Amino acid sequence: MADLSIVFAGIKAPNPFWLASAPPTDKAYNVVRAFEAGWGGVVWKTLGEDPAAVNVSSRYSAHYGANREVLGINNIELITDRSLEINLREITQVKKDWPDRALIVSLMVPCVEASWKSILPLVEATGCDGIELNFGCPHGMPERGMGAAVGQVPEYVEQVTRWCKTYCSLPVIVKLTPNITDIRVAARAAYRGGADAVSLINTINSITSVDLERMVALPVVGTQSTHGGYCGSAVKPIALNMVAEIARDPQTNGLPICGIGGIGTWRDAAEFVALGCGAVQVCTAAMLHGFRIVEEMKDGLSRWMDSQGHANLQAFSGRAVGNTTDWKYLDINYQVIAKIDQAACIGCGRCHIACEDTSHQAIASLKQADGTHLYEVIDDECVGCNLCQITCPVAGCIEMVPIDNGKPFLNWTQDPRNPYREAV
Amino acid sequence: MIQTLTHLPHPREDGATLASHFTDLAPPLNARQAQLEASRCLYCYDAPCVNACPSEIDIPSFIRNIHTENVQGAAQKILSANILGGSCARVCPTEILCQQACVRNNAEECAPVLIGLLQRYAIDNAHFSEHPFQRAASTGKRIAVVGAGPAGLACAHRAALHGHDVVIFEAREKAGGLNEYGIAKYKLVDDFAQKELDFLLQIGGIEVRHGQRLGDNLTLSELHQQFDSVFLGLGLAASKQLGLPFEDAPGLLAATDYIRELRQADDLTQLPLADRCIVLGAGNTAIDMAVQMARLGARDVNLVYRRGLADMGATHHEQDIAKANQVRLLTWAQPDEVLLDDQGRVRGMRFARTRLENGRLLPTGETFELAADAIFKAIGQGFDNDALHDPLAQQLHRVGERIFVDEQLRTSIPGVYAGGDCVSLGQDLTVQAVQHGKRAAEAMHAQLMLTVEAA
Ligand SMILES: Cc1cc2nc3c(=O)[nH]c(=O)nc-3n(C[C@H](O)[C@H](O)[C@H](O)COP(=O)(O)OP(=O)(O)OC[C@H]3O[C@@H](n4cnc5c(N)ncnc54)[C@H](O)[C@@H]3O)c2cc1C
Ligand SMILES: Cc1cc2nc3c(=O)[nH]c(=O)nc-3n(C[C@H](O)[C@H](O)[C@H](O)COP(=O)(O)O)c2cc1C
Ligand code: SF4
Ligand code: SF4
Ligand code: SF4
Repeated sequence: MADLSIVFAGIKAPNPFWLASAPPTDKAYNVVRAFEAGWGGVVWKTLGEDPAAVNVSSRYSAHYGANREVLGINNIELITDRSLEINLREITQVKKDWPDRALIVSLMVPCVEASWKSILPLVEATGCDGIELNFGCPHGMPERGMGAAVGQVPEYVEQVTRWCKTYCSLPVIVKLTPNITDIRVAARAAYRGGADAVSLINTINSITSVDLERMVALPVVGTQSTHGGYCGSAVKPIALNMVAEIARDPQTNGLPICGIGGIGTWRDAAEFVALGCGAVQVCTAAMLHGFRIVEEMKDGLSRWMDSQGHANLQAFSGRAVGNTTDWKYLDINYQVIAKIDQAACIGCGRCHIACEDTSHQAIASLKQADGTHLYEVIDDECVGCNLCQITCPVAGCIEMVPIDNGKPFLNWTQDPRNPYREAV
Repeated sequence: MIQTLTHLPHPREDGATLASHFTDLAPPLNARQAQLEASRCLYCYDAPCVNACPSEIDIPSFIRNIHTENVQGAAQKILSANILGGSCARVCPTEILCQQACVRNNAEECAPVLIGLLQRYAIDNAHFSEHPFQRAASTGKRIAVVGAGPAGLACAHRAALHGHDVVIFEAREKAGGLNEYGIAKYKLVDDFAQKELDFLLQIGGIEVRHGQRLGDNLTLSELHQQFDSVFLGLGLAASKQLGLPFEDAPGLLAATDYIRELRQADDLTQLPLADRCIVLGAGNTAIDMAVQMARLGARDVNLVYRRGLADMGATHHEQDIAKANQVRLLTWAQPDEVLLDDQGRVRGMRFARTRLENGRLLPTGETFELAADAIFKAIGQGFDNDALHDPLAQQLHRVGERIFVDEQLRTSIPGVYAGGDCVSLGQDLTVQAVQHGKRAAEAMHAQLMLTVEAA
């Protein structure tokens, strides 16, 4: 059996599945249940200075798929609404009871040195394994000069990170906000400030939907609404890209990354690890299904690792990073053509109409004697965009087959058609 | 009361219990079920289900409308192709039509989308405050429709929509054709045929005259003279005969006669019950008859067919319904002799066992007898020739006994169209009749407008 245990930024955990700082890690009761269920670690719900934050009622809304499956959740909750003292007491006790699990404390206090200087020793005294700086909360806290307001200013990120490294001896993980143009700028700032790791992503500014009767966005508080933070499987592609951007940035080379955003299965987790993560955090999936999901995540990951011969996470962590590059370095001569497996095809015609109306008119619809249609790729017209494969409801029915066109590797920087090509 | 069965007892159960056996065989979907089912539709392009629907309903479109909470839009989409979409949703053998063709009925998938139930959901929940179609300005043209069955009604609605004035001549007391008098009671419950009729007539411009029977108090020659176009939707009014002695004996009758009585009965407890009965035939009518008798409380229902299960006209789905209702399916046996008691009433039937030899059905020489209080013939419907005996009507070209029509539903007499069960084209199904009526109206309209322009 593969060894799922990790040491991430100096923090040990029996497995890489941690619960992200959020309602699932709000208090001892939840965290103990999570540990009982088998989670490798938790990032405690973000602590702040007293008086504790106050939340509104009616806090979440969702973006649904065709069958009411939740694609993403939007929330307008703030950091912990319980007093600092109670949280610290519970953290101390839980860590004592669960010494083998990673227990990281998330923090968000005003962007002044004195605030950090006073809270850090209190946190360190709990015996926790590390701290995570919440620079990401996109709602409520920025108005108070915290969260995303800090995360969006590289100088602040660097400064606060440095204060933390100065006033506490624990590993410092900087949690990044995705509400920014180039995630690397924030990661570099954290790196310069001495961060032991970054974690990302926090939630994305969002409005999920509008109640058309009441003419107000969701979630509705009284008669009003406000934007919230988006998370869940819909944000995974955004998170993966941001992780990859940092992983392949030479300026933050070697900086450990904890992946967050839309992770709900072992495969999601493995993808984040392949793009350079050493651990992952989960929030929405646990909120939708409960803590038990970690069972299948651990089982699935270790079986997959066994099948691949990966003894531990390091064996494949970052393995997909080298294959992620800038567009201009892609092989412009590489060519794929769609191929339909007629035995698997159920004849829905989606590939045809997608290509016909919006792509390259490369799938012919041939009317048969019995009134049904046969769909055939016109090889010469297919540009290999993958659209038909994407819209086909039958997985594996359309294969994108690489064509040996005899042309050598050529990237855009070398292509004669590029007016700005680099001289050879 | 059916004269030939007056000697039989009545059902044992009370009215309420009996009625409960004749509620919807397939209960309607609730909103959540409709959502779930609609989400299974792949919104196919050139969808095979549409191709398999005789009335060409745009199925992916109406299902997408349901799924996006536009139930009225869904209903209007259905009705624009099939004005009897409500009854078709209930009576269509979807297992051989749209659902058979649904791509999700593929071996790679689990089960077809429940198109029929979704169609019913849309129609039942649309709640139009007014008729969803508006008549075009009057053309001054007059159209005669003979027969107020699905074919005639669909023709009348479409013709009225185009601004023509329609008169329907119907022999019976009620309109609706077999929707009113023939369909199994548990498929079309709650007086649905009359509600649908009321809805259809809301378009305006349609007058229904009852007690008007072509060949009796009405001739094709008159209609042809008095109207700009004529549509014949006569159905198949006669039941086929066995050709055996004692065919008129009490206890032996056409299944359709009994079903008509059952559908019209206000009080099911007063119907004659054939505790032991034989149904002859292999189509859906035979199954309907057998199942309805079983549901009335008959304990020994035998459906006898001269060939094998695989040859039966009834679909697998229908055969399963029969089995679920304890109907015994006996195959490879053909009627040999009607057996009578001392009073000359049916007491059973002798059958000759059959087998196939070089594609020909032959008696094996072996016989057996089945005791029965009644025998119901469901061996097919036939043309009522009395309808077409005036000089003009006799000129109609026929294919076998049916009226010949071309793809545009034109008969051999200019200006006379026909559709539904009485013609040579397509299957004998409600939905097919609707399509014929609709297409005939379009053809008439095109023809009439040509002459208007020319004038
Ligand atoms: C017992 C039974 C069960 C069936 N079940 C199903 C089913 O489940 N699903 C399905 O799709 N199909 C079913 N069918 C077939 C379906 O009912 C017919 O295909 C459909 O009704 C044909 O419509 P139509 O308008 O051609 O004829 P009909 O419905 O027969 O209507 C003909 C109309 O013309 C009138 N008429 C007849 N002769 C004259 C005349 N001389 N002058 C004036 N009016 C006249 C009749 O009174 C009647 O109103 C069933 C048929 C039977 C017999
Ligand atoms: C209701 C809710 C509250 C959250 N509160 C916090 C918080 O206090 N601190 C924090 O760092 N992140 C918070 N998050 C963000 C999550 O930790 C996580 O970064 C984000 O949800 C993306 O992961 P997911 O897609 O697995 O949910 C919160 C998320 C949710 C849904
Ligand atoms: S999950 Fe439902 S019941 Fe529980 S607190 Fe939220 S709204 Fe209330
Ligand atoms: S989308 Fe897939 S299943 Fe549908 S017709 Fe095309 S190849 Fe066949
Ligand atoms: S074939 Fe099935 S899945 Fe496709 S449009 Fe028709 S009902 Fe929907």
